[in-house]
Amino acid sequence: MSMKATIRQVDSVTVVDVSGRITLGEGCVQLRELIRDQLSKGTKNILLNLADVTYIDSSGIGELVSAYTGVSKQGGALKLLNLTKKVHDLLQITKLYTVFDVHDDEAKAIASFAKPATA
Amino acid sequence: MRPLPYPMTPESSVVEVTLDSDLKNVEVAEEITRRVAGTAGFDEDEQQRIEMAVHESMINAIWHGNKNDSSKCVWLHFKIHRDRLEIRIRDQGTGFDPKRVPDPLESDNLLNVSGRGIFLIRSFMDEFRVEYVSGTGTEVTMIKRLNSGIQTKQGGTDREHESHNTTS
Repeated sequence: MSMKATIRQVDSVTVVDVSGRITLGEGCVQLRELIRDQLSKGTKNILLNLADVTYIDSSGIGELVSAYTGVSKQGGALKLLNLTKKVHDLLQITKLYTVFDVHDDEAKAIASFAKPATA
Repeated sequence: MRPLPYPMTPESSVVEVTLDSDLKNVEVAEEITRRVAGTAGFDEDEQQRIEMAVHESMINAIWHGNKNDSSKCVWLHFKIHRDRLEIRIRDQGTGFDPKRVPDPLESDNLLNVSGRGIFLIRSFMDEFRVEYVSGTGTEVTMIKRLNSGIQTKQGGTDREHESHNTTS
């Protein structure tokens, strides 16, 4: 199953519901183009809902990092929601869990965009 | 793709398959790995880790080794031992030195977009070594022990079995 993404707007936050595989090739390209498209529209706040991501590889992790740095450079914020155990474990062992702002409650995640980031 | 020796039985302790060097075959390799690892006696979590190590090795073989040249092949060899699963993956590339891959956990590398594949393989497997044989290609050997009791490592912290041999 390749990657699929559905975009919805909640308040000032663009929520992207991602499903399928974020792996080298199609999945990574789709995610890259989606983020690029959002940045070109001036989107600042992006919440990636990864609840239905079935597989992510090292390239997919790299794509998340690229999205994070791309959005940050434009003065925005990219946060993660509903990590599966597999994705959670991968972010832990790659030490990226502390880099990303990770949430498991959508309402709280949305609200967090309104607050200044804490250390 | 050559015929697969399915269904696997405990008696059939060796599986070999040659796949065209195409990213679509990464999922084929994952499926074979799941079946072999299940037959070898690994639980679901361990099967997923082994599958991911094979996924990353296949990507390296197809993308970096064979330079995405679909006329080339990737050879997979699984051998179930009494106490471990041995996996060998060979491409037709010119080799690489895993010691030259930067540590992705270093603070300067943490936000790098690439460079985590070898790290993940080391994290998920008990042994990892790379051998380049001139005129043949690069062969990666990965070993996972049954009931090793080893939790997922931080990749690269257990490199005692790693080697990189170049034969010309």
